[in-house]
Amino acid sequence: MPPHPGSWLCPTPQGLYCRPGDFYIDPLRTVARAVITHGHSDHARPGHDHVLATAATLALMRTRMGAERAGARQQALGYHEPLTIGAVRVTLVPAGHVLGAAQVVLDYQGVRVVVSGDYKRQPDPTAAPFEPVRCDLFVTEATFGLPVFRHPPVEAELNRLLGSMALFPERTHVVGAYGLGKCQRLIATLRHGGYDQPIYVHGAHLAVCEAYEALGVALGVIRPATVAAKADLRGALVLAPPAAIADRWARRLEDPVVCMASGWMRVRQRAKAGGIELPLIISDHADWDDLLRTIEETQAPEVWVTHGAEEALIHVLTNRQIRARALSLVGYEDEE
Amino acid sequence: MKAFADLLERLLLAPARNTKIALLRAYFTGRPDPERGYALAAIAGALSFSGAKPAALRALAQARTDPLLFELSYDFVGDLAETIALIWPGTGTAHPPELPTVIHSLRGAAKDEVPALMSGWLDACDPSTRIALIKLITGGLRVGASLRLAQLALAEMGGVEVQEIEELWHGLEPPYGELFSWLEGKGEKPNPKERPVFRPVMLAHPVEEEDLQRLDFAAHRAEWKWDGIRVQLVATPYGKRLYTRTADDISGAFPEILESMNFHAVLDGELLVMRDGAVAPFSDLQQRLGRKNVSTSFREKFPTAVRLYDILFDGPEDLRPLVFDDRRARLEAWFTRERPERMDLSPLIPFTDLPELAALRAGAREAAIEGLMLKRGDSPYLAGRPKGPWWKWKRAPLSLDAVLMYAQRGHGKRSSYYSDYTFGVWNEIGELVPVGKAYSGYSDAELIFLDRWIRNHTTARFGPVREVEKRLVFEVGFDAAQLSNRHKSGVALRFPRILRLRTDKPAAEADRLETVLGLIVS
Repeated sequence: MPPHPGSWLCPTPQGLYCRPGDFYIDPLRTVARAVITHGHSDHARPGHDHVLATAATLALMRTRMGAERAGARQQALGYHEPLTIGAVRVTLVPAGHVLGAAQVVLDYQGVRVVVSGDYKRQPDPTAAPFEPVRCDLFVTEATFGLPVFRHPPVEAELNRLLGSMALFPERTHVVGAYGLGKCQRLIATLRHGGYDQPIYVHGAHLAVCEAYEALGVALGVIRPATVAAKADLRGALVLAPPAAIADRWARRLEDPVVCMASGWMRVRQRAKAGGIELPLIISDHADWDDLLRTIEETQAPEVWVTHGAEEALIHVLTNRQIRARALSLVGYEDEE
Repeated sequence: MKAFADLLERLLLAPARNTKIALLRAYFTGRPDPERGYALAAIAGALSFSGAKPAALRALAQARTDPLLFELSYDFVGDLAETIALIWPGTGTAHPPELPTVIHSLRGAAKDEVPALMSGWLDACDPSTRIALIKLITGGLRVGASLRLAQLALAEMGGVEVQEIEELWHGLEPPYGELFSWLEGKGEKPNPKERPVFRPVMLAHPVEEEDLQRLDFAAHRAEWKWDGIRVQLVATPYGKRLYTRTADDISGAFPEILESMNFHAVLDGELLVMRDGAVAPFSDLQQRLGRKNVSTSFREKFPTAVRLYDILFDGPEDLRPLVFDDRRARLEAWFTRERPERMDLSPLIPFTDLPELAALRAGAREAAIEGLMLKRGDSPYLAGRPKGPWWKWKRAPLSLDAVLMYAQRGHGKRSSYYSDYTFGVWNEIGELVPVGKAYSGYSDAELIFLDRWIRNHTTARFGPVREVEKRLVFEVGFDAAQLSNRHKSGVALRFPRILRLRTDKPAAEADRLETVLGLIVS
């Protein structure tokens, strides 16, 4: 009888700790050995001694926090290339969340655990698509763990944006979007759909867009919005961090239509309270239906929920005879 | 239904009036009949059909979902219609129902058939469309756009004056095929004939000092400007209506006025609460506004009357081309003949020159009088706000020095600025108590100053509201002070606006509550 994963994979205040490999996955505090699923700042924190991640995640970490803070020793691991660390075999598998995002597959004494990090199932031209892996324990997020969250097709949401730009050609459409992943996904999807005008981005997004380009993701003509003349931005599309779109930064824009690309936009009150004129329901996290579908596809008899709205998900899994447990790890954000 | 749902969502979230008009115009131009007509009727609140209670829809949704999941979702979303729309199984089919189909089916349905219809439609629609559907059926359609905005959009679409649409409006029926066909140049202009339609009103400009110096006083007549609401009384052999000056039909809220309209005429006047011939403060009239059903005791407590000052139609005869002096003679003759109950005539005030007029205005301290109206004796009744024939000369505003307490960000162009200000005065125990909120009166430079000052002097945040250090003094202008339980101070100001910033004045020297209480006239 192999040992239950609960005996060797432990939630701790530092994050999820894998004892037979002596490493943490997405540690919340500085540790000696870290395996990082993706480059978002709540999962990829600075200052670890040894960091293992995909090459793209490491590159994005260096871009965002500087090479010296992105881990004293960095080790790149490609998707589907098994690596033995201590007594455990580690394999990275695409998670579909952002460029470089990986699920961490752990094999130990015949038991397979998948720590999925953040993931989504919707198409994204900038990220390798999520691959379900059969396992004995699936560790999942639940950012959108309520049945009201069902993300519509991205193309339909972007068509609403383009429709609004056609209706108000003299105004600037400014879209609040997370700087790593969401911003580049929106740009790349618009480019695939044939939108070929220059796209302006907030200074905070520019470096990440350049890093994506360097990693082989074509984004077309990108210009900095911060130095652009007000007149040049008439009729243009501007992407900026969510915090900037309705505050002083946005004063540089010509009569802006304030838009926001986030799964939270499914709830109108969120849009209304945030002063959002055009909500776009576009998320890099799995929606409710995709959380359930994914868990089903892994065929895991046990599921751990790292963060998010776990109560509803655990209730449903329990009804389906799946052992479910909330880890309630503190430090992962619901922002996107 | 999808296009209509998209329109509603954007109207709800669009802060600017011009944006809403553009959205409405694009919708009316792009959508076919009769869908656009039913959408217009929904916005105008002109649809009637068997609806459903929110509780019935909740039961439908709960029968299809896990109770715990429903409760968790409702707690998170906060709005029942939205929760049902989002949690309903499935994400729609390729053939969601069209708006006219929904309206026709509901009109033909018995009350107990509605839930079955509804669940079929909810299955077929996507979540965003479901919200609009549920709001439509439960009668909770808060559109975020008024009929007025829809009419402005229609006027733009047809290249006609909005007054033309207003004048036709109350003679039309959903889905307004005749109206759209005229606006698109495909049909005749609809003719309301003798139906009790609203007639566009004539409005006055505020008079400025230089205007007063140039006025030919011999050519002008003076009346008091009453502090009620402007109304139009329309009675024809085909019906009776009471309209506001923005063409809202408020007949239902004032049944006693309708009962007194046993004549054939269109009249212009001021709706007031009157007791024994004396006009009560505006706050009394506010008690009667916005009510759909009025109890007898409420009617007795706040009895309304109309003070008439113009006549537009006498029988079928259109008097609007006549000049003011001739209309006034016709009004007086008509009044002598008809003697309607709950109505009197607003008297003409004799005067000879500007100093006499100024003395009259200054002497009018009665709360029911807002100031004076000056009307040229030789002007016809013209729709809109033509400059010259009618002037309003309001009493000088009252003012007080108040301290800024809270600030909130504005909407639209002002969404990044703290532009809404709550201010207060000192009470007898030395506490600052709020007396009002002002959104206007400052210059752009003052707004920028205030925004920066507020960001640098914030002491607490409550969602979108910031509390600030109690240091900045405003001179606040207002038209009247009233008793009110809206603010902790027990008083409220009418039309408060910022006259200037008093950065020179220490907060301790701002006005006291007793001063404000002393300004209340009843």
